[in-house]
Parts: sequence; C-alpha cells; structure tokens
Amino acid sequence: MLTEIAPAAVTDPAPRRTGWVRSLAARRGVRLAGLGILVLALVALYLFTDVPGSLAFAVRIRSLTVAAMLVVATAVGVSTVVFHTIVANRILTPSIMGFDSFYALISTLLVFFLGSGAFLGFDELTLWIVQVVVMVAFSVVLFTWLFGGRRRSIHLMLLVGIVLGTFFRSFTEWMQRMLDPLDFQVLTDAMFASLTRPDPLLLALTGVLVTAGCVVLIPLLPTLDVLTLGEATAVGLGVDHRRTVMTLFGVVSVMVAVSTALVGPIMFFGLIVANLAYSYVATFRHAWTLPAAAGLGMVCLLGGELVLERVFGFGATLSTVIEFAGGLFFLYLVLRKGAR
Amino acid sequence: MPVAAPERAAPTAGRRTGRGPRPGRVGPLIGVALVVLAGLSLFVGVADVSPAAVLAGGPEGRAAFLLGVSRIPRTVALILVGSALGIAGLIMQMLVRNRFVEPGTTGVTEFATLGMLVSIVAWPGMPVVGKMGVAAVFGLVGTWVFLRVVRAVPVRQLVLVPLVGIMLGGVVGAVTTFVAYRLDLLQSLAQWSQGSFSSIMAGRYELLWIAAAMVVVAWFAADRFSVIGMGEEFATNLGLDYRRVVGVGMLVVAVITATVLVSAGMIPFLGLVVPNVVSLIIGDNVRRAIPWVAGTGAAFLLACDIVARVVRFPYEIPLSVIVGVVGSGLFLWLLLRRGSRAH
Repeated sequence: MLTEIAPAAVTDPAPRRTGWVRSLAARRGVRLAGLGILVLALVALYLFTDVPGSLAFAVRIRSLTVAAMLVVATAVGVSTVVFHTIVANRILTPSIMGFDSFYALISTLLVFFLGSGAFLGFDELTLWIVQVVVMVAFSVVLFTWLFGGRRRSIHLMLLVGIVLGTFFRSFTEWMQRMLDPLDFQVLTDAMFASLTRPDPLLLALTGVLVTAGCVVLIPLLPTLDVLTLGEATAVGLGVDHRRTVMTLFGVVSVMVAVSTALVGPIMFFGLIVANLAYSYVATFRHAWTLPAAAGLGMVCLLGGELVLERVFGFGATLSTVIEFAGGLFFLYLVLRKGAR
Repeated sequence: MPVAAPERAAPTAGRRTGRGPRPGRVGPLIGVALVVLAGLSLFVGVADVSPAAVLAGGPEGRAAFLLGVSRIPRTVALILVGSALGIAGLIMQMLVRNRFVEPGTTGVTEFATLGMLVSIVAWPGMPVVGKMGVAAVFGLVGTWVFLRVVRAVPVRQLVLVPLVGIMLGGVVGAVTTFVAYRLDLLQSLAQWSQGSFSSIMAGRYELLWIAAAMVVVAWFAADRFSVIGMGEEFATNLGLDYRRVVGVGMLVVAVITATVLVSAGMIPFLGLVVPNVVSLIIGDNVRRAIPWVAGTGAAFLLACDIVARVVRFPYEIPLSVIVGVVGSGLFLWLLLRRGSRAH
C-alpha cells in the first residue's frame, strides 16, 4: 500500500480543546491566507506590469487569460484531491489515468459520427452541452469499471492508466486522420482553445460549472473526511458509500471534462498541486486541502507563466516544464513510497 | 538445455496444458501468414502494380520499376523492423527480468531520439550512419540509466518497472521537446519520430540490415540470454560472464532501437506485445522463441501497414498510429488478464 492514511490526522479534534491545537489551526489559517494574498499579488503583477501599449486594452485581454488560469487551477486542484480520496491513493490522478485523452477521443468521435454538419448546425452552447454530457456519462462508466469492483494493485492501475492514455491518443489520431479537412478544422477549433486565448463564452460556462461543482462539494466535506478512513470504516460510520462515490466521480468528471475542454490536457499538474497542498496545510481535512490545492494551482500557473514568459522570454512552454518537473516528482513519489 | 526463467515461468506454469493452440500447428500458420501478408504488401498501393502488370511490362516496365524501387524495399523494411523490434523487446525482458519492458517502456527510445536531435543540431551535415551511431550511443546510455534506476526500485514489482521506465522516458522526452522547441525543430522532430514507412525507397532502408545483423547476434547468444533471465547469481554459477552478456544485450537493444528510429521512426509497444503473445503459445525458451518472435513481429507489422494503407485509400495513415491502437489494446488485455492472477 502506497499511502497509509494516518487516522490520527483525520480524527484530530475540533480546534477548540487545547491551545496547542488552536495555534496549529491558526497557523493553517495564516498559511491559507498567505496563499490567497500571493495569488492576488500574482494576478496584479500579471495584469499590470510589462504593458507595451494601452493599459486598458492589455488588462482586458489578460484578464481572460487570468480567469482561465484561475478556473483551470481550481478545477484541477479540487478534482485531483477528491479523486485521491475516492481511490485512497495519492499518486493516481484523473489525467494520469488517461481521462483527459479520453475527452479528446470523445469530441473526435462526435465529429466523426455526427459530421461537422451537426457540429455547425447546433449553436455553440448546445454543442458544448452535448459534449460535456457525453464525456461525463462515459467517464463515470469508465471510473466505475476501473475502480468500482475489486481493488487492484495501485501500480497496476497506474500502468493501465498510462497505457489507456496511449490507446486513447492513438485512436484519436486515427479518427482525426479519417476526417475530412473541413470536419478536422471544426474539430481543432473546438478542441484547442488555449490558456492564452480562451473563448469568453466557454470560459464563462466552465466557470459556472466549476463553481457549481465546488458548491456541491461543500456539504460533502465531512463525508469526504470520513471516506479517507477507508471504505469499511466509512460504511460502518453510516456513509452511503456507493452513492457518495458515484456523486463524487460525477463532480470529478465534470471538472476534468470542462477544464480539459478549455485548455487541453496537462498531465502532471494535478499530481504536483495536490501533493504540495497536503504538505502545505499538513492535514487530511478537505476543508483545508481543497482550497489549498486550488490556491497552489493558481500560484503555479500564474507564477510559472510570469517567470517563463516575462523573465526568460519562453512563451508556451509551461506545460513542457510541468511535464518535466512532474515526471521527476512522480518518479520520486513512486520510488520512495514504494519502499514502505 | 530446457531453460525457463523462474520469474517468467511462474505465472505461465500449466499454461500449455489443456486449451490453446499447439505450437506445432501454429508455426506453419505464421509462415503462411507472413508470405501472404508480404505478397499483399507488395501489391497494395495507389499505383497499379499487379503481378499481371509486372509480367506484361507495360510502358517502359513502369510496374516492375515501382516494384523494385518502392514496394519491395518497403516490404523488406517492414519485415526487418517488425522482427528486430520483437527481438529487442525479448532481450530487454530477459535483461530486466520483467515481461512488460521494451525499448519504448524503458526510456531507451526517448534517449535515442534525444541523440538524434543532438546529432542534427551539432553536426547538421553528418551522414545518416553517423546520426544512427549517435542515436545508438544515447540509446545505450538510456539502457544503462534505466537498469541503474530499476536497481533502486525497492520491491521488484512486475508493473512498477515499466511504470518507472515510461516516466523516465517522459522526462527525457520533455527535455527533447524543450530543446527542439527552443531551436524551432519541433516540426521536423515530430515528422521523423513518427513511425511511418511511406518514405521508404531503395537507398533509404539499407541501414536496417544492421538491425537484421543484431537479430542474428541475438540468435547466437540466445541461450546466454535465457540464463541471464534466471538472475545474476545463477548465471555466474553456471560459469557465465554476467556483465559481458548483459553488455552484449544492451548493445543489441540500443543498435536496433537506433536503426529503426533513424529509418522508420517510433513504433510503440510492438516489442512488448509480440514476445508476450508468443510466450503464451510456446512458453519461455529464448532460443525457441526467437524465430517465433521475429516471424510474428514481422507479420504483425505487415498487417498493420496494410491497414494503414487501405483504410483511408488513397491516403495513408501513419503506421505508428495503427500499431499504437492495436499494441496498447493488447497491452491492456495482457495487464488486466494477468492482473486477475498476479495481484
């Protein structure tokens, strides 16, 4: 077992009993507040510095990018932490399990079977809704197939996920090669919205869905904490395990689907952010880890983009850097935690 | 000497009793399939090259010319690559004592690609043989790095080893992408690393005979690789120079990877899937498996290439895409079916 979740940390008493616990909680609060301030500072830095021309124009363009980063960071951070809780492991993430390649496949198959005529016939909103609904439905099926039954070895699931990713990507490419040039054009337009130039309508929709996902999670926070104790304990404590897990899978699917639809896959991002969050707030309570993961995600994206773009002048390489750092981090996690 | 590596044999025990095709009957079947597929591969294509047209001669013997310059080299290249990659996978599986490794799941391919990029940047005018040499050296380094890293894996778990290898490959691949991006070589990198045989003609595939020579080397050293597969102590007890045999194996793998990469591009999972399927049928004896792996690998690649040429006729789909779909599908099947027993 890779991650023995320490029960002591979960059952830590409400921060009222002793002064020691209170100071710990206060420190956590301070840390989270610090993170919030850092995010605000980075946003301001990103928006208002290094403006070549009209400030108003730059801010208008850049605020879209910033909004996209904030939304994506929230979606990836929150969905990864929740996913970790459901599968009781801290190395698996939705994107390592190949799910974002799966979304590319779904959109390609939609164009392939419906044709771009259907794509163009719908208005953008209907189309996006159809896509997201199909994606979420299929990914819930896939999640339950992989994780619903008997527990398999974590390493096996990781390898299965990576191979699944290759399978989905190859299949997507095959289907794309079979498309008309026109259909392909429509598909690329639909699939490769990027961080630097997000579509305002899609961005707004994504924002709404991600917010909705977070709102759904708020009443579930205590249940999530109980789930970290393991399935048997959770059921013993009165959690309707099957139903809760399905709801959570649904939320995770929606978040991954919309954020991938917005900016495309970033494989190791969730892994880095979630694990940083665990050590940053040093607790297993989701009321702390979820906002910390989202905040750290924002810091990584904004800070990384600022440093790479403004300091080094490397555009569009952030995902490569994340891939590199994330890969090393992943190796470290697997090799070190494998020792136990 | 009937040799079966303990780690490989344990899950296969009893596999050959009962159902499943008898090896005696499947052998000729693979031979026939190979001949049929090779024949098909010769006569499938955009230009009309049928046996009748070749015999008739036609205007200036156009069909015969096409056959000689394009079709035959392509078919030969496919057979060479298919068998060589199968063998490279088989040998890696013996060296690492893990059935889920091959150059593509151990970072060797990615290291070779980095070498290729380095040679293009540092010595642009270098002949192809030189580039191949640089790629092979990097591939060798990659094999060494992988073996070192795997030694650090605390528990020798069956699926952890390829997992670590793929991640290693991902990290090296990110370095390659970054360098290529900075030097504006991303497009050409994508172009030549994608596995495809559409540009193979007479004069552009002959390097692959080096890979064929490596297959012959592997054949001669087959029994030694079998013994290596039983572990270092055991091999040394049998009087084998363990390090030397491992060195030869690494060299064979690196050279095969580099030649295939330079002439055709990356072909994922072939080296993993083919030896595993073969061992399901005939068990784990390297000397016996080599002709099987070579034949099955060649037939597999020929079949995939024919599909790649036919599904979107008259256009072609890159071969690596088809192999990627079929190969990863088979890999998943192997993982999940074994998963039910081994974990």
